[in-house]
Amino acid sequence: MSGLRILVPVKRVVDYAVKPRVNKAQTAVETSGVKHSMNPFDELSIEEAVRLRERKMPVEDILAFSAGPAKSQDVLRTAMAMGADRGILVVEEKTELEPLGVAKLLAKVVEDEKRNLVILGKQSIDDDANQTGQMLAGLLNWPQATQASKVDVEGDTCTVVREVDGGVETLRAKLPMIITVDLRLNEPRYASLPNIMKAKKKPLEKKTLADYGIDANKRLKTVKVTEPPPRQGGGKVEDVDGMISKLKELGAI
Amino acid sequence: MPAIHRALPALRRIRIANATFQQASRIRLQPSAAAAASRPAYQLRYQHAEAQTEAEPTTSASGADHAPQEQPDRPQQKIKFTADSYPSLKRDSRFKELTEDDVKYFKELLGSESAVIDGVTKDAFEELDAFNADWMRKYRGQCRLVLKPESTEQVSKILKYCNDNMLAVNPQGGNTGLVGGSVPVFDEIVVNLARMNNVRSFDEVSGILVADAGVILQQADDHAAQHGHIFPLDLGAKGSCQIGGNVATNAGGLRLLRYGSLHGNVLGLEAVLPDGTIVDDLSTLRKNNTGYDLKQLFIGGEGTIGIVTAISILCPQRSPAVNVAYFGLESYEKVQQAFREAKKQLSEILSAFEMMDGQAQKLYAKANGARLPLEGEHPFYCLIETSGSNTDHDSEKLNTFLEHVMGEEIVSDGVVAQDESQLQSLWACREGISESSQHFGGVYKYDLSIPLPQLYSLVEEARSRFESNGLMGDSDDFPVMDVIGYGHMGDSNLHLNVVCRRYDKEVEKAVEPWVYEWVAERKGSISAEHGLGLAKKPFIGYSRSETMVKLMRQVKELYDPNGIMNPYKYI
Repeated sequence: MSGLRILVPVKRVVDYAVKPRVNKAQTAVETSGVKHSMNPFDELSIEEAVRLRERKMPVEDILAFSAGPAKSQDVLRTAMAMGADRGILVVEEKTELEPLGVAKLLAKVVEDEKRNLVILGKQSIDDDANQTGQMLAGLLNWPQATQASKVDVEGDTCTVVREVDGGVETLRAKLPMIITVDLRLNEPRYASLPNIMKAKKKPLEKKTLADYGIDANKRLKTVKVTEPPPRQGGGKVEDVDGMISKLKELGAI
Repeated sequence: MPAIHRALPALRRIRIANATFQQASRIRLQPSAAAAASRPAYQLRYQHAEAQTEAEPTTSASGADHAPQEQPDRPQQKIKFTADSYPSLKRDSRFKELTEDDVKYFKELLGSESAVIDGVTKDAFEELDAFNADWMRKYRGQCRLVLKPESTEQVSKILKYCNDNMLAVNPQGGNTGLVGGSVPVFDEIVVNLARMNNVRSFDEVSGILVADAGVILQQADDHAAQHGHIFPLDLGAKGSCQIGGNVATNAGGLRLLRYGSLHGNVLGLEAVLPDGTIVDDLSTLRKNNTGYDLKQLFIGGEGTIGIVTAISILCPQRSPAVNVAYFGLESYEKVQQAFREAKKQLSEILSAFEMMDGQAQKLYAKANGARLPLEGEHPFYCLIETSGSNTDHDSEKLNTFLEHVMGEEIVSDGVVAQDESQLQSLWACREGISESSQHFGGVYKYDLSIPLPQLYSLVEEARSRFESNGLMGDSDDFPVMDVIGYGHMGDSNLHLNVVCRRYDKEVEKAVEPWVYEWVAERKGSISAEHGLGLAKKPFIGYSRSETMVKLMRQVKELYDPNGIMNPYKYI
């Protein structure tokens, strides 16, 4: 069997610990001046790719890929500090890419870079679409295993345990294939200092959508974005009697 | 969905803290004949409980992958009464004992059932225990009445009554103190400020926050954060401690390096003197050069001359760009080098430089079942935080610094937080040590200011003392598990913790007064930020001259002539 040539797409998103705020025009979430970092699910997919190599699987090359504003190179550097070998960044400042556009782009990258395994986060935490991996599998006509919680590769056979309602499901397929990862797959490592240094010297190629001949025009229109209704504050009661009468008042007892 | 596993260390820490108090409720009252006949009646009842729990085995060190909550049957040592552990302390006979009439007065004054926990006319032992016991499980008072006033006026009336009737008072905030200052020794009335928890005002332009003393530090910081500012104090207990208590004990904490001490940040305060006088010095001025600055007496006064009821404090602009790096280093020499380089290269954006030794990190991992950020073991670890206004500028500086310290082999390994959650788990490695140190039974804590070059040799010497006197070892036969050192490198402040399986007089004798003599010889301070409380009271002479102590006594005499405020402690 030939070696594993892994593609790991990563996305720069608003940091998960930051409370998102809707912009004034109610058209999107406010992103300027907000801390961004790598989509947490993508950290898991990078980690898994690196662990495959550490488990002495025949990993030839781990390619991290991102598309979006030029700042996305920060998350690519993080991916490389975690263990990816090189990166490609498609710079697109204006249009926000939709899952189908990204999937088409990835299909081109897979072809150009002769990938035989794509490990993606199951979704990104900004749009929560959970579509890109599935669309890519459709475009390439490859087998897919979504929401992976365990991945094993033996020869050219891949065994994936995935979490489903009420239990787990074990799938087996032959490479090439698409895997999307879920939270319990692994615990991503910290980017260590020596590796951060090394990552600066790893090749990072910048491209544009035009290089791939992809039309990224939006097919969907965001009509309105609203924040969830604010939580109604609770009341305090003075004592047990107060609580009982309050509960009665609310018809709870 | 967030990567939830990252939040687990933090959750575990919260649970450790909770469990500490939950243990108290496991003590059940049972009739017993074991009570000592010589005690006053109110103590007898507590003695029953003590006798009943005496048979419980002492805490054993477990490999603890689990938080205490997951082991509900984990044997817990009972907490001895402070009066029993320190037989030299005698109840001051000038103080009156509480009567039903006193309780009646307070109930009418506060006008609410929930504001009074009454152990005088009824049995409220369990409820009272949370106010009697400190979280290190080292001190336990015998108070029978807890008052929770809602307003400054109520505090004033309480104190006036107590002063007129010679009733001793123990002011209490979040009860997270480390020197036994926040819990009563005998039957002092606990005045707990928890119900005075309103933010009074926040000025967006100047960043001045005015708030009641009972506001939890975390809430105060969250409030400032909503307006883009930061509370100038941060410490491990921020989820429980109250800002009034912070001011009363002049807490130092993690941001001192950057924002300075509370003596500078507190612009004004409101306090109540024992005679009921309300000291309204709630100034919001940065400059006010008119007369003696009396508020400074309440900052770090540990509730011995009055109760702080509100503060006004200057909150700096919150830095939008925060970075955290965590290093492993070979020796204390290298730690000092790294600190020098950090000051030189990060200068104005450096906001914390914390040092932890390998033992402290191992203990943290063991108590929390956490994984340490670095592969391999290092004798020393450092945590560096930068905060500034411009991410790109800060990252560039930090990167240059990191490349330098790696290239020069000052640090052997390190990680940089790539996102907010990593940042928090790196901080947890430092902030979680304090709780971890008492996880296995108990801890003797020493909080010392020592000149930087000699700072760590104290830990080494303490360790070799315990190795040679046979008190430290790996099995349950030895009271001492380990000696750890960590602290605020930036402030020359070392926390020396003797981690114990149980509290043992022999251990105490082996360290005290040796550690104080050691520190005094090097012109350090025996209490850098924890204060004096009960634990450090006898040792003030190692850090202050006779003249200074005499002047302090005069102040105490002036404002609290009856000596009812937080007695038996401080000076």
